[in-house]
This record gives sequence, structure tokens and C-alpha cells, in this order.
Amino acid sequence: MTDEMTKDPKGQITTDPSKPAQRMRAGSMTITLGPWIIAGIALMLMPFIFTSNSALTIMNQMWITVIFALAYNMLLGQGGMLSFGHAVYMGLGGFFCMHIMNYVEDYGVAFPLPLLPLFGGLFGMGFAMLIGSFSTSGAGTRFAMISLGVGELIAACSVIIVAFFGGEEGISGDRTYGLPFFGVEFLKQIEVYYLISFWLMLSAALMYLFSRTPVGRMANAVRDNPERAQFLGYSARWVRFYSFCASGFFCGIAGGLFAISYEILTEENLNAASSGVILLVTFLGGVGFFFGPIIGAIAFTLLQTVLSLQTELWSIYAGALFLATVMFFPGGLAGLLMMHVPAIKLGKASGLIMPYIKTLIPAAIGVLGLCALIEMTFHYRHGATGDHEMTLFWTTFDSHSILPWLVAGLITVVGIGIAKVTAPSMKEAWDEANTAGGGS
Amino acid sequence: MELILVNLIDGLVTGLLLFMLSAGLTLIFSMMGVLNFAHASFYMLGAYFAYSISLAVGFWMGLLIAPLIVGLLGAGVERYGLRRVHQYGHVPELIFTFGLALLIEELVQFIWGKNQMPYDVPDVLNFTAFAIAGNSIPAYKIFMIFISVSIFIGLLYILTKTRVGMIIQAALSYPRTVEALGHNVPLIFMGVFGVGTALAGVAGVIAGPVLGTFPGMAFVLGSIVFVTIVIGGLGSLWGALVASLLIGWITTFAKSYNIAMSDILNGIGISTPENMSEHPLRDLWTVTSPQIADILPYILMVLILIFRPAGLFGKRES
Repeated sequence: MTDEMTKDPKGQITTDPSKPAQRMRAGSMTITLGPWIIAGIALMLMPFIFTSNSALTIMNQMWITVIFALAYNMLLGQGGMLSFGHAVYMGLGGFFCMHIMNYVEDYGVAFPLPLLPLFGGLFGMGFAMLIGSFSTSGAGTRFAMISLGVGELIAACSVIIVAFFGGEEGISGDRTYGLPFFGVEFLKQIEVYYLISFWLMLSAALMYLFSRTPVGRMANAVRDNPERAQFLGYSARWVRFYSFCASGFFCGIAGGLFAISYEILTEENLNAASSGVILLVTFLGGVGFFFGPIIGAIAFTLLQTVLSLQTELWSIYAGALFLATVMFFPGGLAGLLMMHVPAIKLGKASGLIMPYIKTLIPAAIGVLGLCALIEMTFHYRHGATGDHEMTLFWTTFDSHSILPWLVAGLITVVGIGIAKVTAPSMKEAWDEANTAGGGS
Repeated sequence: MELILVNLIDGLVTGLLLFMLSAGLTLIFSMMGVLNFAHASFYMLGAYFAYSISLAVGFWMGLLIAPLIVGLLGAGVERYGLRRVHQYGHVPELIFTFGLALLIEELVQFIWGKNQMPYDVPDVLNFTAFAIAGNSIPAYKIFMIFISVSIFIGLLYILTKTRVGMIIQAALSYPRTVEALGHNVPLIFMGVFGVGTALAGVAGVIAGPVLGTFPGMAFVLGSIVFVTIVIGGLGSLWGALVASLLIGWITTFAKSYNIAMSDILNGIGISTPENMSEHPLRDLWTVTSPQIADILPYILMVLILIFRPAGLFGKRES
């Protein structure tokens, strides 16, 4: 099973040599600082653009998810290991940090809060060493199954072992436990924001550097062809083990930041649903590129926070989007973006703009029409009896009358119809933009 | 003694139900090399379809029609989903079925709502078959055992004795050769996937009235099914049977006999600490076997994977 998985050249979504990520890896150790500086400045400026408290909360959640997703991608994207129980490492790091927080509060030890995630990380790594010692001997299905089993085991234990996990209600703490750090007491959301941003920059940079170390490079080799890596004298097992431990470390950091940000951890932070979400986030963003999970985490958190305020059905849309990604764009959002690099390099990207507008806008309108139909069906079936009024896209109408159904149906059919008609010309423009020479 | 007999029957029912799910899953795995994470979702669909059908035309028609619909849906998923994703490799295939499981759960909530459905045991079977020392055994349990066993025998017969079974078995190991002999291998794959999901559907139809028909029912069984086929050895039908029964009996016995951890620890000569409230290991002392019954299969799986990675009946390390 493992053999088939790793030998088949088509079987790996990330091994296409024409993909830019691979070419980047083949380059030298030089690291371009540009994107990092821009990202750092953006992180600093974000609170000045989005000043409300809820925006800060969303951003905090986003950055924590980014760290978690990047750590997850160390396994899935770089090491080819599919984990179904990765929330455990983040959750355990968080629980451990919460215990430190409570301990410091009870016994008054001088311990600066900003260092807390480091200890969460070390705890996450320690636990990853324990589990990794037997789970990383193979990749593929065996690894996936062990990760699932261990994940379920720990999540179930969290209800039984009350001393550490706090049972059903979890454990909570207080991040403002006294001892100010250079005058900062972490009372305000904005102070937590900058703390999280600092750890985000630090861990993202470290994870990027890790992917450039010999171990990080060998993880790619082991993912693609373990026999060959073994033949060259590298132990596939140890390479996987190191990646696994490093991933556990950064998951623990994310957990520590979660503990600081939310001041409560429960069984929910460990269970299979959380593990599933991070898989979804990472794959949606794109596992073939270092920055893929970042896009995924941002997009997913926005979906989760903004869309869930608008509709109860947001998880149906998220699920459908996820399936569509797996089926049609296995490179994820990052892969979709990077597909355009050759066209840009050829200087032909501008030729794509008009065909895109002609196809994608009607398609988007058609999909919105379809969403309207779904929402109306949901309201029709599950709305309170007698409550026929519903508001959708800023218009209020009667979901039991025929007219809105006709309108939504018409929009759907016409929108998708136009997109279908114009799709061939978009494909033509795409081929044209990706061919060197000739044409304009 | 009588209690042991009752537990044996209860565990047998649980185990055989689990077997119906894991038989389809392990068949699909040995064929396509992909673990279908949405397998338990098809089980849930079976229960929901059967409920809706039973409202119109009664339980028996539901038992007949619901698995058919589920099987057709499964075949459609293979034809239009998995086959497409297959070109990207096994990891995206796994992720695809995982996403499918999430989507099916959401769709079930969309169509039927979040509440438990009033899907009940049919009146014909709603009586006590016999009693053992005051513990009554409902007729429906006997019916479940009967259905599961006949399906197992039927499956075994088709796979080992018929021509179709020969072709399927050959296609599992040598798809290219079978294709060269003029058989339509993709069609066989689609058919086996459909039959596997239909089996899950049958399990849903008959388990729905006892275990409850609610949107979380796939999630409850989802990971235990994997545990079962991993313990039994991936791709082994006999392994799936043995592991299902093992898990069924282990959990049933752990739930019905209230064994406290402190008794065991005292038994091997470790005395209970005086001050329990602050002791760091206090949970170890208070834990009882019904509490850990549901995680025993996971512990078993991790142990098996450490010491015998191929599973009980597995032929090769996966």
C-alpha cells in the first residue's frame, strides 16, 4: 500500500517537477526577505485598519489557525503523512499551558506570559516524540489509522482523566495573572493580538527554515520515494520522526496561544472534528506550497466567522467547496494562484482578464442563485410555522410564494448557462496565455 | 452464568452489526486501496431512507429499497467522484471520502433536521423472543443476528463459489490481466463499491430502530469501523468478522460488569492512597470499566498496530 502510494508518479499531487514549489526547493539556500517583511508590516498595521474588537478576535483566531495549519502541512504537504488526530498535539500543548498559568497564579512564580507558548510547544513535542516513536515507521494508511486511533483515545480520555483535562467543562485560567511583562498585562485584546502576531512570525519563519534544512528536504524525498531515500543512506523512519516532532512542537505553540487567547480549553480542542477541520483548512489552501496553509487558514476562518453569521447552512457550502477543491483543484487555492505564474512570466496574463470576467462572473451569479434556492428550500422546510418571510441578499420576500422561486431558478439557469457557453473561449485564452511565442 | 449468556448475545448483535459495516469497507479497501471514510455515512443514509420509506410503505419495503438506493448512490460516488480523484493519488482519495462524510452529515441535517427520527422496531418483531433468568431477549435482536449471518454466508458464497466472485477476486489482485481477458474492470470496481455501500445501508436499516436515527449516528460508528478493520487486518473478510465480534463482546462485557480500577490495583498489592482529592493519579483510582468501555477498542488497536502492524489476519504490512 505504502509502496504504491509513493512510487506512482501520478500519485503525488506535489511531485510535478513543473510546479514552481519544486523548482524553488531545488534552488539555493538563499531566502528572499521581501515577502516576510511585507507580511510583518501587514501584521503590524492590521489592527489599525480593522479596529473593532470582533475583528481583533477573528484575526487572533486566524493567526492561531495559520500556525496550526502550517505545522500540519509539515506532515501532510512536506512529509506525505496524513494525520487524522492532529488536534491532540495542539490541544495538549494548550492544556499544559493552562496548567502553568493556573500554577503561576496559585504559587506566584515569576514567569512571563509571552514565553508560555514555548512550553506548550515543548510539551507538544514531547508527546509527539512518544507517539511518533511507533507511528512513524510507515506513512500512508498505517500512519493515518494510528493517528486516528490515538486522537480518539486522547479525546475520550479527556472526559475520564479529570485531573488534567477538567472533564466535560474543561479547564480555564486567567492570562492577567499579575506579573506585567515590560508594563504589559495582557488585559486588552490588542496586546494579545501583538503577542500572537509575534509568535506567528517567529514560528512561520522557523517552519520555513525547517523546510530548508537537510531534514526538511529529506522529508520531501522520503515522501516521494522512501526506498530511494533509504538507499542513499537516510532512514525514512527517522526523517519522518523528526518532521513529526517538529510539527508537534509548532502545534503546541498554537495550543499555548489558544490558551492565552481564549483562556479556556475543553474536549472540543482535542476531538476528531477539530482534527478534521485542520485537514480541511490545509488542503483547501493547498498542500504543495509553503504559503498554501496560510491562505487556507485565512479563507476558512473568514468563511467560518463571516458566513456563519449570514446563514445556518455555511457548513454545507464549506463542505461542497472542499469537495470541489479535492476533485478539481487538488493544488488548493495556492495551486490555483500559482497556475498563473507561467502566464505572468510570459507577459500574457492580461489576455486572461476579459475571458475570466465573461465566464466567472456569470458562474458566480449562477452559484449565488443556486445558494438562494438552497436557502429557500431550507426556510420552506424548517422555518417556524406561519413564518413565511425570509431575508436573502438584502431583500425580504415570502418564501411560500412562487415568484422568488422562479426568479432564483432563472438566475441560476441563466448564470450557469452563460458560463457554460463562454467556458470554451476561456479555455482557449488560457491555452494561448500559457504558450510561449506566437499570438500577441 | 445466565448474565454471561445474555452478554454473549448482546455482544454478538453489536459485533455482527459492526461486521456488516466493516465487511463492505474492507472489501472496498482491498479493491481500491482506499479507506472509505464516508462508509459510516452510507450507513446513516440507509437508516434515514428506510425511515422515510417505512412511513409510506412500511418497514419491510424499507429494508428492501433503502439499501438499493444507498448502493446506487455509492456506485455514483465511485463513478463520478472517486474515479476522478484517483488520478491524483491515494491521499487525495482519502481526503475526498473524508469531505464526503462531512457533506453527507450536513445534507442529512438539511433534509431531515437535527432531531432524532421516530424510527421504530416494526410491530411484527416488537415482542420478547425468550428470556434468560429474567433478562428478556427481544425478537428484533434475533432478527438482526439472522440478517447479518445470512448476509455473511451469502457474501462468502458469492465471493468464493460463483463466477462473478472469481472475477472480482482476480480483479483485486491482477486488474490488468483481468482487463486483458475482456472484463470491464472499472465496472467491477463500481459494482463492488456499490455493493459495499449497500451493505452499510442494510446495517443502517436494521440498526436505525435500535441505536437511534440521528445526524450524529455516522460519527458515533465512523471511527470504530476503521478500528475494526485495522485490528482484523486490512482487506481480510475473516479478520473483519473476528475483530467485529471481539469488539462487540469486549465493549458489552466491560459495560455490564462494573470493575473498578482500584479493585485491580488493590488486588495486585497497591493500596489506595489516603488523601484522594489532591492526588495526581486520582482518576486512575476512580475509573471503572463501563467508563472506559468505549475506548477499549482504540487501546486494542494501538496495541495491535505496535506489536502486529498487519492486524490479526492481515497478510502484509500496509
